Amino acid sequence: MTIDALKRADAKHAPSAYSTLDVLWVLYDRVLRVSPETVDDPDRDRFFLSKGHGPLAYYSVLAAKGFFPEEWLDDVGSATSRLGHHPDRVLVPGVEVGTGSLGHGLGLAVGTALGLRAQGYVQTRTFVLLGDAELDEGSNHEAIAYAAAVELDLTAIVIDNRSATHGWPGGIAARFIGWRVSHVDGRDRDQIEAALTLKGGPRVVIAAVEKKES
Amino acid sequence: MRDTFVATTTAILEEDPRTALVLADISADAFAPAMRRHPDRVLNVGIREQLMAGVAGGLALTGLRPFLHSYAPFVIDRAYEQIKLDLGHQNAGAVIVSIGGSYDASAEGYTHQSPGDVALLDTLEEWTVHVPGHPDEVPGMLWAAARHDERVYIRLSSQQNAAAYPGTDLKVVRRGPQNGAVVLAVGPMLDPVLRAGLDVTVAYTNTPRPLDVNRLRELVTDEIVMVEPYLAGTSSRVVSAALSRVPHRELHLGVSRAEHRGYGSPADHAQWHGLDPAGLRASIEAFLRKD
Repeated sequence: MTIDALKRADAKHAPSAYSTLDVLWVLYDRVLRVSPETVDDPDRDRFFLSKGHGPLAYYSVLAAKGFFPEEWLDDVGSATSRLGHHPDRVLVPGVEVGTGSLGHGLGLAVGTALGLRAQGYVQTRTFVLLGDAELDEGSNHEAIAYAAAVELDLTAIVIDNRSATHGWPGGIAARFIGWRVSHVDGRDRDQIEAALTLKGGPRVVIAAVEKKES
Repeated sequence: MRDTFVATTTAILEEDPRTALVLADISADAFAPAMRRHPDRVLNVGIREQLMAGVAGGLALTGLRPFLHSYAPFVIDRAYEQIKLDLGHQNAGAVIVSIGGSYDASAEGYTHQSPGDVALLDTLEEWTVHVPGHPDEVPGMLWAAARHDERVYIRLSSQQNAAAYPGTDLKVVRRGPQNGAVVLAVGPMLDPVLRAGLDVTVAYTNTPRPLDVNRLRELVTDEIVMVEPYLAGTSSRVVSAALSRVPHRELHLGVSRAEHRGYGSPADHAQWHGLDPAGLRASIEAFLRKD
């Protein structure tokens, strides 16, 4: 993987780029049923990077898996690049949603899981990755409560690097009432894989990583 | 118009398995039969308008055609960023159907009113905006919107004209003097304009976006008065651009920015905003007076 690209660009978002790296690799290497060949199949598994900040780990994983050429990583954010500091689904093959403004991915994922269910794609799984600070946005809590009420088959992953300004006293899991909860070490790929392959939902996997340096 | 919307959308959901409806409690009772028949495609998320718009975006990304519906201040004003990002930025479409509009909910107060809904959508790319003036204009708009994937806003109102004008083109309803002033009424503003008793050409449209600018250019030779049932001046940018090569004068009437902290009926609010026949007559006569 092109970690050099991670280190070169996007200094502001660098910590958030690293925090997601192991979860993203496990998803694309071991869990998701999606590849460059199936990127438009209606029954492909979906992954939404809600926390669109620091997408370099995401871009690097997509490039390593062949969704687009690795050379694209060399000029992230340039006037002619398809890769910005937040990902755009219209510009980047393999990117399912354009994000950046926090608190949008979970609602979109709920709609996608509902749409897949309505069309009978019962084997298709929907994943969405959020940051613990992103949970500050109230829109997430609309989606969390509704997904539980309708027992939606959806897996949310919260990368916990203790970056929420006021923290989450009582723990992040307490915010996901009615969800099944797994706690994993966000750097332990086998633990991550074991949690992400559990089916039925809604389910939240809370992946603890090193605390964000401020 | 709401009854027509419920009946037509229930029929669309029955006929077209690609369509879906997302509600946030408003009108949930009216759609209960549709919800029982299509529990996977008729979804009530509760009082969660941000989620309603996000869910619509997600449904569209799986290939469905989502309709979403609430009072205009909740579905447009409150969920503006979701409309911008969860639909537009994803290159996804939906059909938003609102009720309430500017001051239909006159006695409910400003919290339940949205004079700025069309202006807010005007900040975004490629929204078709329908403002029907009669319930019989609504079914055709809904059926047409069900059959593509673009972004459509249908603004229903409890205010309506006596007659329906099917279709979405710009029509001349009454001919005035040759080369005289043209008053273009949008949706339910037509009857108040006709009742103002002015010797002018009166035109009508229920589709301000995209505005039928070709027809407008054919009609206007000097004065154009735009009368809109939402924020005054919403269409000034579009009219000015359409007539940029025609020497002309413009007047834009509509709901003012002033918050009238009164209740009463929609007719009371129309009077306060100068949109009743007498108010329209006074404003338009003053504009047309040449001395």
